[in-house]
Amino acid sequence: MIISWIKNIKQVYTAILSRKARSFLTVLGIVIGVAGVIIILSLGAGAQSLVLSQITKLGTNLIGVLPGKSNETGPPAQAFGIQVTTLIQEDVVAMQDKTRFPHITDIAGFVTGPATIIWRNQNIDTNFVGTQAAYPKIQDVEVAEGRFFDEREELGSNVIVLGFDIKQELFGETDAIGEVVKIKNVPLQVVGVMARQGTVAFQNQDDQVFMPLNIGQQQLLGIKYIQFIRGKVDSSDNVDSTIYEVETILRERHHISDPENDDFSVRDLASAVDTLSAITDSLKLFLVVMAGISLVVGGIGIMNIMLVTVAERTREIGLRKAVGATNKQIRNQFLIESGALTLSGGVIGVLIGVVISYLAAIGARLAGFDWDFVVTPLSIILAIGVSILTGVVFGLYPAFKAAKLNPIEALRYE
Amino acid sequence: MSLIEIKNLTKDYVNEDVVTPVLKGIDFKIEAGEFVAIMGPSGSGKSTLMHILGFLDRPSSGKYLFQGKDTTEFDDQMLAEIRNESIGFVFQAFNLLARTSVLENVKLPLVYSKRENHDAMATKALEGVGLGHRLNFFTNQISGGEKQRVAIARALVNEPKVIFADEPTGNLDSKSGNTVMKILQDLNDQGKTIILVTHEMDTAEHAKRLIRIKDGQIILDEKIKQRKLAKDQGELIK
Ligand SMILES: Nc1ncnc2c1ncn2[C@@H]1O[C@H](COP(=O)(O)OP(=O)(O)O)[C@@H](O)[C@H]1O
Ligand SMILES: [Mg+2]
Repeated sequence: MIISWIKNIKQVYTAILSRKARSFLTVLGIVIGVAGVIIILSLGAGAQSLVLSQITKLGTNLIGVLPGKSNETGPPAQAFGIQVTTLIQEDVVAMQDKTRFPHITDIAGFVTGPATIIWRNQNIDTNFVGTQAAYPKIQDVEVAEGRFFDEREELGSNVIVLGFDIKQELFGETDAIGEVVKIKNVPLQVVGVMARQGTVAFQNQDDQVFMPLNIGQQQLLGIKYIQFIRGKVDSSDNVDSTIYEVETILRERHHISDPENDDFSVRDLASAVDTLSAITDSLKLFLVVMAGISLVVGGIGIMNIMLVTVAERTREIGLRKAVGATNKQIRNQFLIESGALTLSGGVIGVLIGVVISYLAAIGARLAGFDWDFVVTPLSIILAIGVSILTGVVFGLYPAFKAAKLNPIEALRYE
Repeated sequence: MSLIEIKNLTKDYVNEDVVTPVLKGIDFKIEAGEFVAIMGPSGSGKSTLMHILGFLDRPSSGKYLFQGKDTTEFDDQMLAEIRNESIGFVFQAFNLLARTSVLENVKLPLVYSKRENHDAMATKALEGVGLGHRLNFFTNQISGGEKQRVAIARALVNEPKVIFADEPTGNLDSKSGNTVMKILQDLNDQGKTIILVTHEMDTAEHAKRLIRIKDGQIILDEKIKQRKLAKDQGELIK
């Protein structure tokens, strides 16, 4: 039994190799399909691990309040360009009440926007963050030089803290503390420089500047509302109860009786992770469908070429039967041949896919992302298994056709 | 017990309700070691008969005893096994595998057998037909006469009881044809049963017994009195 299979496989590869060009073209569909799946799975896994590691770097006991209602996992209204103005600084003040919110350790309101920062004759386009004194604790970041602005200054002092890159670009090695820069003609005194952080959640954290919320709100943006609130909870066990309390007080303050009519939404990072997983899951489903389509198309190509092969080799089949091959042996020969074809296609596809994913990972690292090269053994085994299966499934009809050939007609076939 | 015994054997071809009777009741016995020529004009049913005798096809009616066993009820698997172990075919058109070496061609029947030492057996069979020096040639690199000798080696490699040769010299010049007939006669001298199908009297006379058929019936079955012996060309023979 085993020996006859080995013999079969030997014959099969002789048959495949004697038609190299055609065999290669035949499996091209499988090669491309498999390589595509490997690449996309690898890039997907790389991106997912990158984003997840950055999110968890922020900590899982953060909560955020966004203006506008949104469902649990979908994007907030702002993502569609709608500016909701219902959230105000008094909402933050209400949450600073320690008796009502014993688990919130730090909380801050935020506004952000683009800014051109000027010092002497230099100017740089950057982004500003108007926030409160609690910012470094919430975001778990440190100040390298000087200090962050304090609770007294946050009420409206003209002070600014520079991101690491901004400081380097404007001042180089000279000391920035005490210097006065201007944004939209508003003079701001530099009180601190943030420590270097790198890229988090696809944003360069060192390319921004920080100032008191009121300055950003009133002097730079000219608005009365705030864009979002972030707070830190003492332990991730208390996140859910705190979210509940926050929702309750915001409904009280905004006079909302039916949660359906909420003009805000409260999130924690766990739900952000859920959102991300939901997105990657639907991406994966899409991939499975794409892979399925490409394998079916590849499989039909295989079936087609196997039918041609069977027709071309009718006399050979007749001869094999004449010298003692059983129908089963003929059938197996063509099934193995078809499976071996697609197996070769799958192996080539995996190799190409792995190489391209690896190059992409190197590229992403060169671009400064903390990118992992991920190709799971499971995806390789699956890709190769599915390629063999495609060959066998689409080889069935041609193989049965070959096995059923009448030896005499096959021998007489011209 | 005869090697082959057929009784009132018939074969009809049925194509779209049109029944063409090709063999119309054939009876004979062939003993082990015989050299029989089945001769008749083209279309008389010789090949059809040979295919049935060689288990490539089944009769429409009648009995076929092979080594004393009634084969009518044998299934495809058993017939494949008999073809592999007990029968060797030589066809007019050689039927060698293209893009394949001489040696691999001769090994083909062994692929479907339980035997081992394929290379040694195939080499021995090829030496037997004087082609020991052509083992690794491809089939498109040898002459027609050599091709037919490769086909004979392939028929012999499993050491079958009987060799069926259907117009084996039909595609050959007379010198190569003579060589093929010489090999068949030598094999018969060594004890192999040979059944030769031909439409030429000249070729048929190399056998020891002649069965003439016409329109699917035997019209003559007799011993050949003046048997032709193929000339020894001194190049073969073990
Ligand atoms: N598959 C078939 N269907 C119908 N008729 C056939 C078929 N095969 C052979 N025949 C007919 O059977 C007759 C005998 O053919 P064959 O045995 O090949 O004769 P021979 O070998 O003596 O020339 C011929 O008339 C041929 O046309
Ligand atoms: Mg014929």
